[in-house]
Amino acid sequence: MATYPIARTVPVEPAAQATTARRRRGFGRWFMATGWRHVVGIVTSAIAVFPLLYVVSTSFATSGTLTGSNQLFRSFTLDNYVKLVSDPGRPFVRWWFNTMFVSLFTAVASVFLCTLAAYAFSRLRFSGRRIGLGTLVITQMFPQFLGVVAIFLLLVSIGNAVPSLGLDTLPGLVLVYLGGALGVNTYLMYGYFNTIPRELDEAAKIDGAGHARIFFTIILRLVGPILVVIGMLVYIGVAGDFVIASVVLSDPRSQTAAVGLFGMISLFRNDNWGTFCAGAVLTALPVMILFLYTQKYIVTGLFAGSGK
Amino acid sequence: MAIAPPPPTEYSPRDRVRPDSTRAPLAVIVITTVLVAVVDAFGVFLVLAFARTDQNAGAVIAALILVAINVTYFRKGGLPAKYLLPGLVFLLVFQLFVIIYTVYASFTNYGSGHNIDKSAAVTQILTNSVDRVPGSAAYPVAVLSKGGTLYLLATAPDGTAKIGSAGKSLETVTDATFDNGKAASVPGYTTLTLPQLLAQQQTVTALSVPVSADLNEGLLKTADARNAYVYRSRLVYSEQDGTMTDSKTGVVYADNGKGNFANGKGKVLEPGWKAGVGLSNYATAFGASGDTQILGVIAWTFMFALLSVFLSFALGTFLAVTFNEPKMRGRQIYRVIMILPYAFPVFLSGLIWSGLLNTQFGYVNQVLLGGAQIPWLTDPLLARLSVVLVSVWFGFPYFFLVSTGALQAIPEDIQQAARVDGATAWQLFRRIKLPLLLVSTSPLLIAAFAFSFNDFNTIFMLTGGGPTDPTSRINAGGTDILITVVYKLAFVGGSKDYGLASAFAVIIFFIVSTISIVLFRRTKSLEEVY
Repeated sequence: MATYPIARTVPVEPAAQATTARRRRGFGRWFMATGWRHVVGIVTSAIAVFPLLYVVSTSFATSGTLTGSNQLFRSFTLDNYVKLVSDPGRPFVRWWFNTMFVSLFTAVASVFLCTLAAYAFSRLRFSGRRIGLGTLVITQMFPQFLGVVAIFLLLVSIGNAVPSLGLDTLPGLVLVYLGGALGVNTYLMYGYFNTIPRELDEAAKIDGAGHARIFFTIILRLVGPILVVIGMLVYIGVAGDFVIASVVLSDPRSQTAAVGLFGMISLFRNDNWGTFCAGAVLTALPVMILFLYTQKYIVTGLFAGSGK
Repeated sequence: MAIAPPPPTEYSPRDRVRPDSTRAPLAVIVITTVLVAVVDAFGVFLVLAFARTDQNAGAVIAALILVAINVTYFRKGGLPAKYLLPGLVFLLVFQLFVIIYTVYASFTNYGSGHNIDKSAAVTQILTNSVDRVPGSAAYPVAVLSKGGTLYLLATAPDGTAKIGSAGKSLETVTDATFDNGKAASVPGYTTLTLPQLLAQQQTVTALSVPVSADLNEGLLKTADARNAYVYRSRLVYSEQDGTMTDSKTGVVYADNGKGNFANGKGKVLEPGWKAGVGLSNYATAFGASGDTQILGVIAWTFMFALLSVFLSFALGTFLAVTFNEPKMRGRQIYRVIMILPYAFPVFLSGLIWSGLLNTQFGYVNQVLLGGAQIPWLTDPLLARLSVVLVSVWFGFPYFFLVSTGALQAIPEDIQQAARVDGATAWQLFRRIKLPLLLVSTSPLLIAAFAFSFNDFNTIFMLTGGGPTDPTSRINAGGTDILITVVYKLAFVGGSKDYGLASAFAVIIFFIVSTISIVLFRRTKSLEEVY
């Protein structure tokens, strides 16, 4: 890509011959060609990164209020973090682990359900297959939280029968999330499954392998990367969900970080600001690490039709 | 289901290599059986639990799912179903059923004051409208508890001990212990001590125990946990006519068809009950009662979604073109920094921006604008501008990534051909790259539109839908989009209207699906053009 033969307009001059004027013109040309791109890059990067720097700075600032957070990186203290983890009325550590549990569990279970379905769509032929695939694509238009009222009422009803699966329980929340497991992710996985040569399983079949053996010992080993990517996408989505979690979890002890942190500053925004920022840093950290790790895969995934 | 299908008589090439279920390895059979057995045990428990709590619909659905699972896994053949069912069960219950239930709820008045059935509502109305029967005898009482439920142990005027709770009318007990002629305790129940009584004062005074199964006989209530009196409802319920009659004034309250008893003058008795209200929620949603604000909300939802997708796409593409220059150094660093907003959880960055844009203390006003007092989030117009700009901040990295990928996928020879023909950089972009870019990204643009249309987190975290508009009947503020209205109607504030919220959800459903279908059709024709 970098070596197309069209002659560029920038003349190649020996550096030794360059006069001051020429150097200036050189800078002008350099600026016209690539320099302005750096200006754009620096400005955009600043805007992109500023709020994040602000959070980190505030989380380490001595003043825990909104007012006192406007001087970036002037002070350093861990007070906000200590305050964050030591308030029994707002059990942040619990929230953090709740988020971890719900996201991890949902991610693993979703990947499992998705893989089974993608295998069926990719390798088996049955009536309703095309319609099924089409439905999966369409469901991405409708986020699960559109039915949040019905989800709430459904969990009330389930909770009456089995309290440990109802409102205010993490398993109940996981169940709800799993309702969205077969969706666009299955479609992404289906596309990936299709890239694995069908001859492989045909050969195994002739050798007498059953469908279960083909699935677990051949296909699953080859689709590892997409399983990881989809697991991470689900994790990121669940860890960032506020709507459903806030409706399902009202007891502070059972809340996820999203719900808990929102509750923490929805009333006293100014006073709890520093503590909130500390919580935000700790909550965002695992998600951002996962995201940066997956982003190169996500670009390809995006092209198969995924949204955030 | 136990009968094996007849052996296939014809063999197509695919059938010949299809794994025969009679040859399934033992391990597979054992694992399947164990797993299904575990699911069965749980399923039976679920069915019983639903049945025990009188939730017949739940019991039936759980039983049906259970049967489907057993049939699927113990029958020969039907291989696709075996792989699809696990995910499908969750999809059916928590997605499909949820949609159907939303539609159903949108035709009811479910919500505050309407969340019980009619017979429960009758009981509550009768219980709430009681007066002490004049001149009736006092019943000395003790308050007992068992399994978290409070009971009244009353000593009747004839000296017998009777016990009952809110849901259970008085019954005579024979093994009560008396203290000074007053029944004080019953084996199996705990008598509440004074501190316990004080701690539960409100629950105790609210406790009303039916004297007999017929509610018109009256209720026993106590104000001081020592003596109880018989209270009788002013209202008399006639099951035959389905009316409530005030025995003092003679006013008749009849079922008004909207889940309430009402008299001719529109006075209703609370609470009401869940009832079908036909299209009335939709009528309210579209401003039948003179509140046309919802049309404004719909228009703003469209504007917000379009603007944020368009601006994010424009900025993202501009950056992609800018950095799609092989000679530029440090592209990788810019790239990583610029996708950070996208990696940061939206609910957090929304809250952080709300702090940054705070009028009095926020960084933007205080530091960047030198102490200005610009009401970024509290002025209706500025608030709209702010949410769009912040959503662009979230969204541009996505389109930067997407457009970068799409630009690199454009074949080099087309671009060379254009350059040979003397195209300028702008012409190259406008006539070659942009059209190709649009073709490959248009499905993503549609998906992004659908996403922005329901971008709850940005709006709710940044402004909470505000600035609030006190004249709004549906509690919609200046930046509220449809999905935040749904959430606020159902879960924020004291009065919850699940019915109306569901109607709004159904409206969103229709809008998004119509647009998606139309746009997807058009992109197909777009692809054919190029």
